[in-house]
Amino acid sequence: MDEKIKVSGGTGLSSKDISSGKIFMTEDSLDCAYAWDTGVAINRYLSELKKARIIGTKCRKCKRVMLPPRLFCELCFIPSNEWVYLQDSGVVNTFSICYVHWDASRIGEGEKPHLPAVIEIDGASQGMGIMHLLGEVEPKHIKTGMKVQAVWKPESEREGSITDIKYFKPL
Amino acid sequence: MRKVAMVGAGMTRFVRRALETPKELSYEAAKIALDSSGLSLDDLDCVAHGTAPDAFDGIHQNGEYMVDGSGGWNKPTMRVYVGGGTGVHAIVHGWHHVASGLFDTCLVVCEEKMSSAMPHAQGFFLTIFDSITERALEPNLLWIFALEMNRYMERYGYTKEDMALAAVNNKTNGLNHPASQFSDQVTVDDVINSEMLAYPVSRLDVSPVSDGAAAVLLAAEPVARRLTDKPVWIEGVGWSLDTAYWATRDLSYPRYLDQAARMAYEMAGIREPAKQIDIAEPYDPFDYKALHHMEGLQLSPRGRTVELLRDGHFAKDGNLPMCPSGGLLGVGNPISAAGTMKVCELFWQLRGEADQRQVPGNPRLGVAQAWGDLMQVSSVVVAGI
Ligand SMILES: [Zn+2]
Repeated sequence: MDEKIKVSGGTGLSSKDISSGKIFMTEDSLDCAYAWDTGVAINRYLSELKKARIIGTKCRKCKRVMLPPRLFCELCFIPSNEWVYLQDSGVVNTFSICYVHWDASRIGEGEKPHLPAVIEIDGASQGMGIMHLLGEVEPKHIKTGMKVQAVWKPESEREGSITDIKYFKPL
Repeated sequence: MRKVAMVGAGMTRFVRRALETPKELSYEAAKIALDSSGLSLDDLDCVAHGTAPDAFDGIHQNGEYMVDGSGGWNKPTMRVYVGGGTGVHAIVHGWHHVASGLFDTCLVVCEEKMSSAMPHAQGFFLTIFDSITERALEPNLLWIFALEMNRYMERYGYTKEDMALAAVNNKTNGLNHPASQFSDQVTVDDVINSEMLAYPVSRLDVSPVSDGAAAVLLAAEPVARRLTDKPVWIEGVGWSLDTAYWATRDLSYPRYLDQAARMAYEMAGIREPAKQIDIAEPYDPFDYKALHHMEGLQLSPRGRTVELLRDGHFAKDGNLPMCPSGGLLGVGNPISAAGTMKVCELFWQLRGEADQRQVPGNPRLGVAQAWGDLMQVSSVVVAGI
């Protein structure tokens, strides 16, 4: 073989190759369903969210107050079973303004962009953020370092889920 | 540990949708790597292959499916998978096989066919989010990159234009790559004005969805010296995995890469990487990641990377060319194959065989890196001639 050959194969197809019937295709659709048990620490976290409270765990060795709460401190590798209530407010560490859906399709006319953010929750150790959404704010007014407050669903609608917090709004 | 060299490399073209099956793509890349070294399949001791989530191909245990195409049938064959980090990690994996003394040769083959997933392969990345505390928020894969990019830009006051410069650097280099998915020159304005997907990420800040495969043949020193007078030595390898609680990390700095790079440099005896390394192939699925990773690779001081980029330091004829291959932004991003493509580039550049992409000045030492899982893993290979 010629030593100069470094690239071979990778024949690009166009949509016409397929629509014209030149290239055949088979299809299958997988329907996967799962149910996840919430585990020891997160179960308590969710049960507190249902009561409109955010709870973390503290490691007695490194003193970190961790969120989401965990059964063990992954740094010290010891149980972290001291529970600490945190505030339902925090600071925006970073944010995005998202105009596409998960499948890369674009949001529709009139549909508002999604506003994901990493929020450092007050009372947790510095840098302990969670991913959540922002609301009641114009995208152009969102700033890193902005103070925000959880907006809870009404008690009757809370079900022990991270979505019991509807979003965080500016304080 | 024994010295290990790269003695052959090959790849397919990267395309949006390939006619070839994953097995056929693997074969094309593996065949070139073998043929270019002068070895036949019978001479080959083992295979290390890599491919990203089974869900992309919709073929469960895709490694077993790939085995015939990667030359691995009836041989000790092992698959690794660390998401986007797979392409370089598979080289580390193959290096173990040979460095340990267990095998004299190992063919590393990485393949990805992302086009089969309907409507979009991105959907399969959604399952990396925590099943209980995050997925209920119906996240989009782009979120984590947008959140990280914004954090990185805000930390140092970088602008969208700054990030676009990295995209243009890589995409321009890629125009000379025979496997590239692209043929059009892209300008900074094109990048900035491309459609906003998830602020601050615009469409041209992102690498494309691709199909493709790449392969590298590794050999122990005596075999390598017999096969070629230009073996490219694997001088160091490193890898590290950070916490899966990604929202608790400092997103402005890739600590996982800092650790992986230091491990590889220590093995290679490199004390001043920014001075000693001649070419860098940081993983660049997004333009900001190329810069973020240059900092993690200790090739640029934190917060000064854009300044160096603007000064031409990372250009093809600069002091430390960044992504001379074109990277994922300029060649394409068939996940695991993209990382291996970067190692192929080190092989060709260090042998002076990179044709129009050849970096001037006879580069002698290069580093390639890939990144993946929940934005938390990096694998690094340092190669020298
Ligand atoms: Zn601890």
